[in-house]
Amino acid sequence: MVGSALNQIEIRRLVKAFGNRAVLKGVDLTVAEGEFLTLVGPNGAGKTTLMNVISTLTKPTGGLVRVAGYDLADGAVAVRRQIGLVSHKTLLYDDLSAEQNLRFYARMYDVPNVEARIETVLRRVGLWGRQRDPVRTYSRGMQQRLAIARAMLHDPPILLLDEPDTGLDQHAAAMLTDLLHEVGATRRTVLMTTHNLDRGLELGDRVAILAGGRIAYQAAKSELDAEQFREVYYQYVKQRV
Amino acid sequence: MPLIMPYLRKVFAIVAKDVVAELRTREMLSSMFVFSLLVILIFNFAFDLRAENQKTLAPGVLWVAIAFAGMLGLSRSFIMEKDRGSIEGLLLTPVDRSAIYLGKMLGNVLFISVVEIVILPIFVVLFNLSARDLPLLVGVMILGTIGFAGVGTLFSAMVIHTRAREVLLPILLFPVVIPVMLSAVKLTAAILDRLPFADVQNWFSLLVAFDAIFMALSFILFDYVMEE
Repeated sequence: MVGSALNQIEIRRLVKAFGNRAVLKGVDLTVAEGEFLTLVGPNGAGKTTLMNVISTLTKPTGGLVRVAGYDLADGAVAVRRQIGLVSHKTLLYDDLSAEQNLRFYARMYDVPNVEARIETVLRRVGLWGRQRDPVRTYSRGMQQRLAIARAMLHDPPILLLDEPDTGLDQHAAAMLTDLLHEVGATRRTVLMTTHNLDRGLELGDRVAILAGGRIAYQAAKSELDAEQFREVYYQYVKQRV
Repeated sequence: MPLIMPYLRKVFAIVAKDVVAELRTREMLSSMFVFSLLVILIFNFAFDLRAENQKTLAPGVLWVAIAFAGMLGLSRSFIMEKDRGSIEGLLLTPVDRSAIYLGKMLGNVLFISVVEIVILPIFVVLFNLSARDLPLLVGVMILGTIGFAGVGTLFSAMVIHTRAREVLLPILLFPVVIPVMLSAVKLTAAILDRLPFADVQNWFSLLVAFDAIFMALSFILFDYVMEE
Protein backbone atom coordinates (compact mmCIF):
# COMPACT_ATOMS: atom_id res chain seq x y z
CA MET A 1 0.00 0.00 0.00
CA VAL A 2 1.51 3.29 -1.09
CA GLY A 3 0.44 6.90 -1.46
CA SER A 4 -1.06 9.52 0.77
CA ALA A 5 -3.54 8.38 3.40
CA LEU A 6 -5.25 11.76 3.12
CA ASN A 7 -6.08 11.37 -0.55
CA GLN A 8 -8.39 8.46 -1.17
CA ILE A 9 -8.33 9.11 -4.91
CA GLU A 10 -5.19 10.47 -6.51
CA ILE A 11 -4.93 10.93 -10.27
CA ARG A 12 -1.87 12.34 -12.02
CA ARG A 13 -1.53 13.06 -15.76
CA LEU A 14 -4.14 10.43 -16.60
CA VAL A 15 -4.48 9.71 -20.31
CA LYS A 16 -7.02 7.36 -21.83
CA ALA A 17 -7.23 6.87 -25.56
CA PHE A 18 -9.44 4.62 -27.66
CA GLY A 19 -7.37 3.98 -30.77
CA ASN A 20 -6.11 7.38 -31.94
CA ARG A 21 -8.80 9.32 -30.06
CA ALA A 22 -7.73 10.56 -26.65
CA VAL A 23 -10.71 11.01 -24.33
CA LEU A 24 -8.74 11.94 -21.22
CA LYS A 25 -5.73 14.12 -22.05
CA GLY A 26 -3.91 14.53 -18.75
CA VAL A 27 -6.35 14.59 -15.87
CA ASP A 28 -5.03 15.68 -12.46
CA LEU A 29 -7.48 15.22 -9.60
CA THR A 30 -7.45 14.32 -5.92
CA VAL A 31 -10.29 13.50 -3.57
CA ALA A 32 -9.50 13.66 0.13
CA GLU A 33 -10.74 11.14 2.67
CA GLY A 34 -14.35 11.91 3.62
CA GLU A 35 -14.75 14.49 0.86
CA PHE A 36 -17.73 14.64 -1.55
CA LEU A 37 -16.45 15.82 -4.92
CA THR A 38 -18.86 16.57 -7.73
CA LEU A 39 -17.52 16.37 -11.27
CA VAL A 40 -19.56 18.07 -13.96
CA GLY A 41 -18.99 18.28 -17.68
CA PRO A 42 -20.79 18.22 -21.02
CA ASN A 43 -21.62 15.01 -22.90
CA GLY A 44 -18.47 13.40 -24.25
CA ALA A 45 -16.20 15.17 -21.78
CA GLY A 46 -14.93 11.81 -20.51
CA LYS A 47 -16.74 11.61 -17.14
CA THR A 48 -17.80 7.98 -17.57
CA THR A 49 -14.39 7.03 -18.99
CA LEU A 50 -12.76 8.57 -15.92
CA MET A 51 -15.13 6.63 -13.64
CA ASN A 52 -14.41 3.42 -15.58
CA VAL A 53 -10.67 3.93 -15.12
CA ILE A 54 -10.98 4.64 -11.37
CA SER A 55 -13.26 1.63 -10.88
CA THR A 56 -10.78 -0.65 -12.80
CA LEU A 57 -13.24 -1.39 -15.61
CA THR A 58 -10.87 0.20 -18.14
CA LYS A 59 -7.09 0.33 -18.05
CA PRO A 60 -5.50 3.77 -18.42
CA THR A 61 -3.28 4.50 -21.42
CA GLY A 62 -0.90 6.56 -19.30
CA GLY A 63 -0.53 8.39 -16.02
CA LEU A 64 -0.95 7.33 -12.43
CA VAL A 65 -4.11 6.42 -10.55
CA ARG A 66 -4.16 5.51 -6.86
CA VAL A 67 -7.33 4.56 -5.06
CA ALA A 68 -7.32 4.05 -1.28
CA GLY A 69 -3.53 3.96 -1.54
CA TYR A 70 -3.44 1.14 -4.08
CA ASP A 71 -1.94 1.69 -7.49
CA LEU A 72 -4.35 0.58 -10.21
CA ALA A 73 -1.53 -1.00 -12.21
CA ASP A 74 -0.85 -3.72 -9.67
CA GLY A 75 -3.65 -3.52 -7.10
CA ALA A 76 -6.87 -3.67 -9.14
CA VAL A 77 -8.45 -6.41 -7.03
CA ALA A 78 -7.66 -4.51 -3.80
CA VAL A 79 -9.10 -1.31 -5.31
CA ARG A 80 -12.34 -3.07 -6.24
CA ARG A 81 -12.82 -4.07 -2.61
CA GLN A 82 -12.56 -0.41 -1.54
CA ILE A 83 -15.11 1.04 -3.96
CA GLY A 84 -18.83 0.92 -4.60
CA LEU A 85 -20.07 2.10 -8.01
CA VAL A 86 -23.51 3.44 -8.80
CA SER A 87 -23.97 4.33 -12.44
CA HIS A 88 -26.91 5.05 -14.74
CA LYS A 89 -26.91 1.27 -15.35
CA THR A 90 -28.11 -0.59 -12.28
CA LEU A 91 -25.62 -3.52 -12.64
CA LEU A 92 -28.35 -5.81 -11.31
CA TYR A 93 -29.81 -9.09 -12.55
CA ASP A 94 -33.42 -8.34 -13.34
CA ASP A 95 -34.55 -11.99 -13.26
CA LEU A 96 -33.34 -12.28 -9.66
CA SER A 97 -35.01 -10.74 -6.64
CA ALA A 98 -33.41 -7.91 -4.68
CA GLU A 99 -32.44 -10.41 -2.00
CA GLN A 100 -30.87 -12.83 -4.50
CA ASN A 101 -28.95 -10.01 -6.18
CA LEU A 102 -27.55 -8.79 -2.89
CA ARG A 103 -26.79 -12.33 -1.68
CA PHE A 104 -24.74 -12.94 -4.83
CA TYR A 105 -22.78 -9.71 -4.43
CA ALA A 106 -22.32 -10.36 -0.70
CA ARG A 107 -20.61 -13.68 -1.53
CA MET A 108 -18.40 -12.04 -4.11
CA TYR A 109 -17.32 -9.35 -1.59
CA ASP A 110 -16.98 -11.77 1.39
CA VAL A 111 -19.53 -9.77 3.39
CA PRO A 112 -19.94 -11.21 6.92
CA ASN A 113 -23.43 -11.80 8.42
CA VAL A 114 -24.93 -11.72 4.95
CA GLU A 115 -28.65 -11.90 5.80
CA ALA A 116 -28.47 -9.20 8.49
CA ARG A 117 -26.47 -6.92 6.21
CA ILE A 118 -28.95 -7.41 3.33
CA GLU A 119 -31.83 -6.46 5.63
CA THR A 120 -29.93 -3.38 6.86
CA VAL A 121 -29.16 -2.01 3.40
CA LEU A 122 -32.62 -2.83 2.02
CA ARG A 123 -34.30 -1.05 4.95
CA ARG A 124 -32.00 1.89 4.40
CA VAL A 125 -33.11 2.31 0.78
CA GLY A 126 -36.74 1.60 1.64
CA LEU A 127 -37.05 -1.70 -0.23
CA TRP A 128 -37.47 -4.10 2.66
CA GLY A 129 -40.87 -5.69 2.02
CA ARG A 130 -40.23 -6.00 -1.74
CA GLN A 131 -37.04 -8.02 -1.26
CA ARG A 132 -38.44 -11.21 -2.82
CA ASP A 133 -39.82 -9.56 -5.96
CA PRO A 134 -37.83 -9.87 -9.21
CA VAL A 135 -35.95 -6.67 -9.97
CA ARG A 136 -37.68 -6.43 -13.38
CA THR A 137 -40.93 -5.64 -11.55
CA TYR A 138 -39.36 -2.57 -9.88
CA SER A 139 -39.75 0.98 -11.14
CA ARG A 140 -36.62 2.75 -12.41
CA GLY A 141 -36.39 4.69 -9.13
CA MET A 142 -36.62 1.50 -7.05
CA GLN A 143 -33.97 -0.18 -9.20
CA GLN A 144 -31.66 2.77 -8.68
CA ARG A 145 -32.21 2.62 -4.91
CA LEU A 146 -31.38 -1.07 -5.03
CA ALA A 147 -28.25 -0.19 -7.02
CA ILE A 148 -27.21 2.09 -4.15
CA ALA A 149 -27.87 -0.76 -1.69
CA ARG A 150 -25.68 -3.01 -3.85
CA ALA A 151 -22.90 -0.44 -3.94
CA MET A 152 -23.00 0.01 -0.14
CA LEU A 153 -23.41 -3.67 0.71
CA HIS A 154 -19.73 -4.26 1.47
CA ASP A 155 -19.49 -0.90 3.25
CA PRO A 156 -16.84 0.57 0.92
CA PRO A 157 -14.94 3.65 2.08
CA ILE A 158 -15.20 5.13 -1.44
CA LEU A 159 -18.37 5.60 -3.47
CA LEU A 160 -18.28 6.39 -7.17
CA LEU A 161 -21.54 7.79 -8.51
CA ASP A 162 -21.67 8.08 -12.29
CA GLU A 163 -24.74 10.17 -13.17
CA PRO A 164 -26.88 8.22 -10.71
CA ASP A 165 -29.96 10.39 -11.40
CA THR A 166 -30.18 9.61 -15.15
CA GLY A 167 -33.68 8.51 -16.16
CA LEU A 168 -35.27 9.20 -12.77
CA ASP A 169 -38.46 11.20 -12.39
CA GLN A 170 -38.51 14.18 -9.99
CA HIS A 171 -39.82 12.19 -7.04
CA ALA A 172 -37.27 9.40 -7.49
CA ALA A 173 -34.48 11.93 -8.02
CA ALA A 174 -35.46 13.70 -4.78
CA MET A 175 -35.36 10.36 -2.92
CA LEU A 176 -31.96 9.67 -4.42
CA THR A 177 -30.74 13.09 -3.29
CA ASP A 178 -31.92 12.34 0.28
CA LEU A 179 -30.06 9.04 0.16
CA LEU A 180 -26.92 10.72 -1.12
CA HIS A 181 -27.17 13.31 1.67
CA GLU A 182 -27.20 10.37 4.10
CA VAL A 183 -24.20 8.86 2.33
CA GLY A 184 -22.40 12.19 2.53
CA ALA A 185 -23.20 12.38 6.23
CA THR A 186 -21.41 9.06 6.82
CA ARG A 187 -18.16 10.75 5.73
CA ARG A 188 -17.42 8.31 3.01
CA THR A 189 -15.26 9.56 0.18
CA VAL A 190 -17.61 10.24 -2.72
CA LEU A 191 -16.87 11.13 -6.33
CA MET A 192 -20.03 11.92 -8.29
CA THR A 193 -20.45 12.90 -11.93
CA THR A 194 -23.63 14.66 -12.96
CA HIS A 195 -25.19 16.91 -15.60
CA ASN A 196 -27.31 18.56 -12.94
CA LEU A 197 -25.32 21.58 -11.78
CA ASP A 198 -27.69 22.46 -8.93
CA ARG A 199 -27.71 18.93 -7.48
CA GLY A 200 -23.96 18.70 -7.92
CA LEU A 201 -23.38 21.91 -6.04
CA GLU A 202 -25.93 21.00 -3.36
CA LEU A 203 -24.34 17.63 -2.59
CA GLY A 204 -20.63 18.22 -3.11
CA ASP A 205 -18.05 19.72 -0.76
CA ARG A 206 -16.06 20.63 -3.83
CA VAL A 207 -16.93 20.83 -7.52
CA ALA A 208 -14.76 20.27 -10.58
CA ILE A 209 -15.40 20.75 -14.28
CA LEU A 210 -14.12 18.20 -16.77
CA ALA A 211 -13.93 19.68 -20.25
CA GLY A 212 -11.80 18.80 -23.24
CA GLY A 213 -10.37 15.76 -21.47
CA ARG A 214 -8.87 17.80 -18.61
CA ILE A 215 -9.95 19.19 -15.25
CA ALA A 216 -10.66 22.73 -16.38
CA TYR A 217 -11.73 24.18 -13.05
CA GLN A 218 -12.23 23.18 -9.42
CA ALA A 219 -13.34 25.04 -6.32
CA ALA A 220 -14.73 24.45 -2.85
CA LYS A 221 -18.49 24.86 -2.52
CA SER A 222 -17.98 27.58 0.06
CA GLU A 223 -16.27 29.71 -2.59
CA LEU A 224 -19.20 29.59 -5.02
CA ASP A 225 -22.94 30.20 -5.27
CA ALA A 226 -25.19 28.49 -7.82
CA GLU A 227 -25.33 31.43 -10.23
CA GLN A 228 -21.59 31.96 -10.19
CA PHE A 229 -20.97 28.25 -10.73
CA ARG A 230 -23.32 28.14 -13.71
CA GLU A 231 -21.51 31.07 -15.31
CA VAL A 232 -18.12 29.48 -14.75
CA TYR A 233 -19.38 26.15 -16.12
CA TYR A 234 -20.76 27.59 -19.36
CA GLN A 235 -17.63 29.69 -19.82
CA TYR A 236 -15.34 26.63 -19.61
CA VAL A 237 -17.59 24.39 -21.64
CA LYS A 238 -17.85 27.01 -24.42
CA GLN A 239 -14.07 27.40 -24.50
CA ARG A 240 -13.55 23.66 -24.95
CA VAL A 241 -16.25 22.96 -27.56
CA MET B 1 -1.99 -17.77 -6.92
CA PRO B 2 -5.34 -16.92 -5.31
CA LEU B 3 -6.22 -18.61 -2.01
CA ILE B 4 -8.08 -21.68 -3.11
CA MET B 5 -11.16 -21.81 -0.84
CA PRO B 6 -12.27 -18.16 -1.07
CA TYR B 7 -11.52 -18.38 -4.80
CA LEU B 8 -13.69 -21.48 -5.24
CA ARG B 9 -16.48 -19.94 -3.13
CA LYS B 10 -16.66 -17.09 -5.62
CA VAL B 11 -16.54 -19.44 -8.59
CA PHE B 12 -19.50 -21.37 -7.18
CA ALA B 13 -21.33 -18.13 -6.30
CA ILE B 14 -21.22 -17.26 -10.03
CA VAL B 15 -22.43 -20.75 -11.00
CA ALA B 16 -25.24 -20.57 -8.39
CA LYS B 17 -26.30 -17.12 -9.59
CA ASP B 18 -26.53 -18.34 -13.20
CA VAL B 19 -28.48 -21.45 -12.14
CA VAL B 20 -30.95 -19.44 -10.00
CA ALA B 21 -31.45 -16.91 -12.84
CA GLU B 22 -32.03 -19.75 -15.33
CA LEU B 23 -34.46 -21.55 -13.02
CA ARG B 24 -36.49 -18.33 -12.79
CA THR B 25 -37.01 -18.10 -16.55
CA ARG B 26 -35.99 -21.51 -17.97
CA GLU B 27 -35.55 -19.70 -21.29
CA MET B 28 -32.10 -21.02 -22.13
CA LEU B 29 -32.52 -24.65 -21.06
CA SER B 30 -35.85 -25.06 -22.79
CA SER B 31 -34.58 -23.57 -26.06
CA MET B 32 -31.41 -25.70 -25.92
CA PHE B 33 -33.45 -28.83 -25.24
CA VAL B 34 -36.05 -28.22 -27.96
CA PHE B 35 -33.33 -27.38 -30.47
CA SER B 36 -31.25 -30.48 -29.77
CA LEU B 37 -34.35 -32.67 -29.85
CA LEU B 38 -35.36 -31.22 -33.21
CA VAL B 39 -31.89 -31.90 -34.63
CA ILE B 40 -32.01 -35.53 -33.52
CA LEU B 41 -35.56 -36.03 -34.81
CA ILE B 42 -34.88 -34.38 -38.17
CA PHE B 43 -31.74 -36.45 -38.75
CA ASN B 44 -33.57 -39.56 -37.62
CA PHE B 45 -36.31 -39.09 -40.18
CA ALA B 46 -34.12 -37.55 -42.90
CA PHE B 47 -31.75 -40.49 -43.19
CA ASP B 48 -32.70 -44.00 -44.04
CA LEU B 49 -31.59 -45.57 -40.79
CA ARG B 50 -31.08 -49.18 -41.63
CA ALA B 51 -29.12 -51.25 -39.16
CA GLU B 52 -25.91 -51.06 -41.20
CA ASN B 53 -25.69 -47.26 -41.40
CA GLN B 54 -27.19 -46.35 -38.03
CA LYS B 55 -23.91 -46.54 -36.20
CA THR B 56 -22.12 -44.57 -38.90
CA LEU B 57 -24.52 -41.65 -38.66
CA ALA B 58 -25.40 -41.65 -34.96
CA PRO B 59 -22.15 -40.13 -33.57
CA GLY B 60 -22.30 -37.21 -35.99
CA VAL B 61 -25.97 -36.58 -35.25
CA LEU B 62 -25.35 -36.62 -31.49
CA TRP B 63 -22.48 -34.13 -31.64
CA VAL B 64 -24.22 -31.82 -34.10
CA ALA B 65 -27.15 -31.68 -31.65
CA ILE B 66 -24.84 -31.01 -28.69
CA ALA B 67 -22.77 -28.40 -30.53
CA PHE B 68 -25.78 -26.45 -31.84
CA ALA B 69 -27.61 -26.57 -28.51
CA GLY B 70 -24.40 -25.64 -26.72
CA MET B 71 -23.98 -22.67 -29.03
CA LEU B 72 -27.39 -21.38 -27.93
CA GLY B 73 -26.28 -21.56 -24.31
CA LEU B 74 -22.87 -20.01 -24.95
CA SER B 75 -24.30 -17.12 -26.91
CA ARG B 76 -26.36 -16.18 -23.86
CA SER B 77 -23.58 -16.60 -21.34
CA PHE B 78 -21.80 -13.23 -21.53
CA ILE B 79 -23.96 -11.56 -24.16
CA MET B 80 -26.94 -11.53 -21.77
CA GLU B 81 -24.76 -10.04 -19.02
CA LYS B 82 -23.63 -7.34 -21.44
CA ASP B 83 -27.11 -6.61 -22.82
CA ARG B 84 -28.63 -6.33 -19.36
CA GLY B 85 -25.75 -4.20 -18.11
CA SER B 86 -24.77 -6.59 -15.32
CA ILE B 87 -21.33 -7.46 -16.75
CA GLU B 88 -19.77 -4.35 -15.16
CA GLY B 89 -21.18 -5.38 -11.78
CA LEU B 90 -19.50 -8.76 -12.15
CA LEU B 91 -16.21 -7.22 -13.27
CA LEU B 92 -16.27 -4.79 -10.34
CA THR B 93 -16.22 -7.58 -7.76
CA PRO B 94 -12.86 -8.08 -6.03
CA VAL B 95 -12.00 -11.41 -7.61
CA ASP B 96 -9.36 -12.56 -10.01
CA ARG B 97 -10.84 -12.43 -13.53
CA SER B 98 -10.05 -16.14 -13.92
CA ALA B 99 -12.69 -16.88 -11.23
CA ILE B 100 -15.29 -15.21 -13.45
CA TYR B 101 -14.14 -17.32 -16.40
CA LEU B 102 -14.21 -20.52 -14.37
CA GLY B 103 -17.65 -19.76 -12.89
CA LYS B 104 -19.13 -18.99 -16.29
CA MET B 105 -17.44 -22.01 -17.87
CA LEU B 106 -18.74 -24.40 -15.19
CA GLY B 107 -22.21 -22.90 -15.60
CA ASN B 108 -22.06 -23.58 -19.34
CA VAL B 109 -20.83 -27.14 -18.77
CA LEU B 110 -23.70 -27.66 -16.33
CA PHE B 111 -26.38 -26.34 -18.71
CA ILE B 112 -25.07 -28.34 -21.68
CA SER B 113 -24.83 -31.45 -19.45
CA VAL B 114 -28.45 -31.09 -18.35
CA VAL B 115 -29.52 -31.02 -22.01
CA GLU B 116 -27.30 -34.05 -22.72
CA ILE B 117 -28.82 -35.99 -19.82
CA VAL B 118 -32.28 -35.41 -21.30
CA ILE B 119 -31.47 -36.08 -24.96
CA LEU B 120 -29.17 -39.07 -24.48
CA PRO B 121 -31.94 -41.61 -23.65
CA ILE B 122 -34.03 -40.27 -26.55
CA PHE B 123 -31.03 -40.59 -28.83
CA VAL B 124 -30.37 -44.18 -27.67
CA VAL B 125 -33.99 -45.15 -28.34
CA LEU B 126 -34.31 -43.41 -31.71
CA PHE B 127 -31.06 -44.83 -33.04
CA ASN B 128 -31.61 -48.32 -31.57
CA LEU B 129 -28.40 -48.22 -29.56
CA SER B 130 -27.51 -50.45 -26.65
CA ALA B 131 -27.83 -49.07 -23.11
CA ARG B 132 -24.59 -50.95 -22.33
CA ASP B 133 -22.68 -48.23 -24.21
CA LEU B 134 -24.05 -45.44 -22.03
CA PRO B 135 -21.26 -45.24 -19.38
CA LEU B 136 -18.51 -44.86 -21.99
CA LEU B 137 -20.66 -42.46 -24.02
CA VAL B 138 -21.15 -40.31 -20.91
CA GLY B 139 -17.37 -40.22 -20.40
CA VAL B 140 -16.77 -38.96 -23.94
CA MET B 141 -19.61 -36.46 -23.60
CA ILE B 142 -18.05 -35.04 -20.44
CA LEU B 143 -14.66 -34.57 -22.12
CA GLY B 144 -16.21 -33.14 -25.28
CA THR B 145 -18.46 -30.79 -23.34
CA ILE B 146 -15.56 -29.44 -21.24
CA GLY B 147 -13.53 -28.74 -24.38
CA PHE B 148 -16.46 -27.11 -26.19
CA ALA B 149 -17.60 -25.00 -23.20
CA GLY B 150 -14.03 -24.11 -22.19
CA VAL B 151 -13.21 -22.45 -25.52
CA GLY B 152 -16.80 -21.33 -26.07
CA THR B 153 -16.88 -19.36 -22.81
CA LEU B 154 -13.72 -17.48 -23.78
CA PHE B 155 -15.06 -16.71 -27.26
CA SER B 156 -18.43 -15.72 -25.84
CA ALA B 157 -16.59 -13.13 -23.71
CA MET B 158 -14.50 -12.03 -26.70
CA VAL B 159 -17.46 -11.14 -28.89
CA ILE B 160 -19.45 -9.09 -26.36
CA HIS B 161 -17.84 -5.83 -27.50
CA THR B 162 -18.71 -6.46 -31.14
CA ARG B 163 -21.94 -5.54 -32.89
CA ALA B 164 -22.85 -8.79 -34.69
CA ARG B 165 -21.91 -10.92 -31.70
CA GLU B 166 -24.55 -13.67 -32.08
CA VAL B 167 -23.40 -14.24 -35.67
CA LEU B 168 -19.72 -13.87 -34.90
CA LEU B 169 -19.61 -16.41 -32.07
CA PRO B 170 -20.29 -19.57 -34.15
CA ILE B 171 -18.10 -18.28 -37.00
CA LEU B 172 -15.16 -17.87 -34.63
CA LEU B 173 -15.82 -20.85 -32.41
CA PHE B 174 -16.58 -23.75 -34.75
CA PRO B 175 -13.21 -23.72 -36.59
CA VAL B 176 -11.37 -23.73 -33.25
CA VAL B 177 -13.38 -26.62 -31.76
CA ILE B 178 -12.95 -28.86 -34.82
CA PRO B 179 -10.43 -31.05 -32.91
CA VAL B 180 -12.97 -31.51 -30.08
CA MET B 181 -15.80 -32.35 -32.45
CA LEU B 182 -13.67 -34.74 -34.54
CA SER B 183 -12.27 -36.58 -31.52
CA ALA B 184 -15.65 -36.78 -29.84
CA VAL B 185 -17.32 -38.16 -33.00
CA LYS B 186 -14.52 -40.71 -33.57
CA LEU B 187 -14.61 -41.85 -29.94
CA THR B 188 -18.42 -42.10 -29.96
CA ALA B 189 -18.27 -44.17 -33.16
CA ALA B 190 -15.64 -46.44 -31.61
CA ILE B 191 -17.85 -47.01 -28.55
CA LEU B 192 -20.87 -47.87 -30.71
CA ASP B 193 -18.75 -50.19 -32.90
CA ARG B 194 -17.12 -51.75 -29.81
CA LEU B 195 -13.64 -51.09 -31.18
CA PRO B 196 -10.67 -51.67 -28.87
CA PHE B 197 -9.34 -48.57 -27.08
CA ALA B 198 -5.97 -48.87 -28.85
CA ASP B 199 -7.69 -48.07 -32.18
CA VAL B 200 -8.83 -44.66 -30.96
CA GLN B 201 -6.19 -43.86 -28.36
CA ASN B 202 -4.87 -40.99 -30.51
CA TRP B 203 -8.30 -39.37 -30.66
CA PHE B 204 -8.67 -39.75 -26.91
CA SER B 205 -5.26 -38.15 -26.34
CA LEU B 206 -6.14 -35.30 -28.71
CA LEU B 207 -9.38 -34.61 -26.83
CA VAL B 208 -7.71 -34.64 -23.40
CA ALA B 209 -4.82 -32.49 -24.64
CA PHE B 210 -7.20 -30.01 -26.26
CA ASP B 211 -9.19 -29.71 -23.02
CA ALA B 212 -6.05 -29.14 -20.94
CA ILE B 213 -4.31 -26.71 -23.31
CA PHE B 214 -7.34 -24.59 -24.14
CA MET B 215 -8.53 -24.45 -20.53
CA ALA B 216 -5.10 -23.20 -19.46
CA LEU B 217 -4.98 -20.69 -22.35
CA SER B 218 -8.49 -19.42 -21.65
CA PHE B 219 -7.60 -19.02 -17.98
CA ILE B 220 -4.61 -16.84 -18.87
CA LEU B 221 -6.22 -14.88 -21.72
CA PHE B 222 -9.53 -14.07 -20.06
CA ASP B 223 -8.22 -10.95 -18.30
CA TYR B 224 -7.08 -9.49 -21.65
CA VAL B 225 -10.32 -10.46 -23.33
CA MET B 226 -12.43 -8.60 -20.77
CA GLU B 227 -10.45 -5.39 -21.25
CA GLU B 228 -12.51 -3.07 -23.47
